[in-house]
Amino acid sequence: MDLLEVENLSVRFARRDAPAVDAVDDISFSLDAGRTLGIVGESGSGKSQTVLALIGLMAANAQVSGRASFEGRDLLTLSERALNQLRGNRIGMVFQDPMTSLNPFLTVEQQLVEPLRLHRKVSRREARARAIEALERVHLPDAARRICRYPHEFSGGMRQRVMIAMALVTEPRLLIADEPTTALDVTVQAQIVDLLRELNRECGTAMILITHDMGVAAGLCDEVMVMYAGRTVEHASALQLFAAPTHPYTVGLMNALPRLDDESGRPLAAIAGHPPLPGEAIEGCAFAKRCPHAGEPCMTTRPVLRRSADSEDAWRACHLPAAAAVGDLQ
Amino acid sequence: MAITTSPSQRMRDGFADAPKTKSPLALAFSRFARNRAALASLAVLVVIGLACYAAPLLIGRDPAESDWSAIAFPPTLLGGHWLGTDELGRDLLVRILVGGRISLEIGLLGTLVAGVVGVTYGACAGYFGGRVDAVMMRIVDMMYAIPYMLIAILMMTLFGREFHLVVLTISAFSWLDMARVVRGQTLSLRTREFVDAARAIGVTPWSIVARHIVPNLVGIVVVYATVMVPGIVLTESVLSFLGLGVQEPMTSWGVLIQDGAQKLEAMPWLLLGPAAMLCITLYCVNFIGDGLRDAFDTKDY
Repeated sequence: MDLLEVENLSVRFARRDAPAVDAVDDISFSLDAGRTLGIVGESGSGKSQTVLALIGLMAANAQVSGRASFEGRDLLTLSERALNQLRGNRIGMVFQDPMTSLNPFLTVEQQLVEPLRLHRKVSRREARARAIEALERVHLPDAARRICRYPHEFSGGMRQRVMIAMALVTEPRLLIADEPTTALDVTVQAQIVDLLRELNRECGTAMILITHDMGVAAGLCDEVMVMYAGRTVEHASALQLFAAPTHPYTVGLMNALPRLDDESGRPLAAIAGHPPLPGEAIEGCAFAKRCPHAGEPCMTTRPVLRRSADSEDAWRACHLPAAAAVGDLQ
Repeated sequence: MAITTSPSQRMRDGFADAPKTKSPLALAFSRFARNRAALASLAVLVVIGLACYAAPLLIGRDPAESDWSAIAFPPTLLGGHWLGTDELGRDLLVRILVGGRISLEIGLLGTLVAGVVGVTYGACAGYFGGRVDAVMMRIVDMMYAIPYMLIAILMMTLFGREFHLVVLTISAFSWLDMARVVRGQTLSLRTREFVDAARAIGVTPWSIVARHIVPNLVGIVVVYATVMVPGIVLTESVLSFLGLGVQEPMTSWGVLIQDGAQKLEAMPWLLLGPAAMLCITLYCVNFIGDGLRDAFDTKDY
């Protein structure tokens, strides 16, 4: 059985004096134990709201529907109390900005032992030992001495390591990382990516990685799901998706990436136009207005996520044949 | 004196080998310690506080004791009555110092009670938000509309002029401002990522308020508390001035000022002494408040 099975997840934000916003629109995916799923998309595509809905960290005006079964229990219908028993215990979460995700008034130790205090019956001494162990696992040098320090004495990369240690200290089955490398500089990004890959391999923790960095997704994930305007447009194994993207939006994203092996000197191809505004009514395909191949059905009929004709484990939501988009790949 | 530090010195001060870690609170206080005006004010305040409790014993005069040989004496360095005496021959200095006990105690106790109530109330309203917040803050608005003087008069006439009743009445209205300030700060704290991070590891809402919100309020609370102390001391003085404060033979700065104001033309020193004392104290507290504000106002963490 899959560790996490999400079916028809939708998140809608009710607004005063304005139409409601469908931040996440009918998303389904599943994740096996030990596997990694990347969710890729622009800002505002609903990546973060998808995972925040899973762990119940939604704003008050959000309406969540669908089903998200984790170890056989539907996360979306669990009470706050039951969710609190899963969060930080079976499900770990790493946030985007390590500079603000740690409480400045508590020492690293106090924050690291908090999940243990909440979810494991361990003595103070053992909690400390396990916290140090977790810090060593994320390769924080001199962990035993640094653990009693305050977050402001750590650099950004070190703080992100602390956040990851905090998420892993209870050895969760699922780790959700929401843009874990976005706020870090490039060399530190690479270290954190290496670290996440290593942890996934060694501890067998399943991982959902949210990123807008295709490179990070390619380096870390078994599967990649591309989101646009709250919907999944393409979902395939990382190998397949990066070798042969079949959705015009994915192709556009790939073309917008700088490549080290590109010596043609042409400018990066940007996707023309802008994503639909939140709350804008969308008929047909959300990407149609920016799509170079959009035809009649794209404007009027919403494409359904279907298994790709060419491959068993690739899904795409597009009226056009896969070949039409692949041709654009530069 | 070397201005730059040697590399080895820096290494020792630096992260890896620093002998002791500093909490944000400790950092703030070390910044405060570099503020001379605030530090001097703190010293003066401590001297005043010590004098209020120790000096009357050292001087060896009872505040209610009359010196029949020195009735209504102006201030003089001779004869032992440095700040003069009142029309009953009581030594003004001793009376000011003994009265200071009441004023300072009411100031500190009132601030403490109002602070605890205000922080708890404001943090809960701010964190839980929504309807809870709306109802809680409307209650605060309603209490603002009640004239506190009226309630004070009512309390004193019904239950008598007792010390703890004075503190209670003052606190009952002083926590409102603190609650508003704390609520505002909590509203902004609650959107910070570390609160989400705490929720994401399964911390219950009450623990988040107690463990993650309240410690982060310490800066604004400490600063605001120093604004409250003079406010409460003044309120006590006002109540005493109106004859609603502590009762003879107990005395406070407010009582003395009221007394002095009535005899201003005949014995101006009776007003000047306690008024000067009150002013010095209030200035000191304000300077300390400014120092604390600067010490806590940092973007470092």
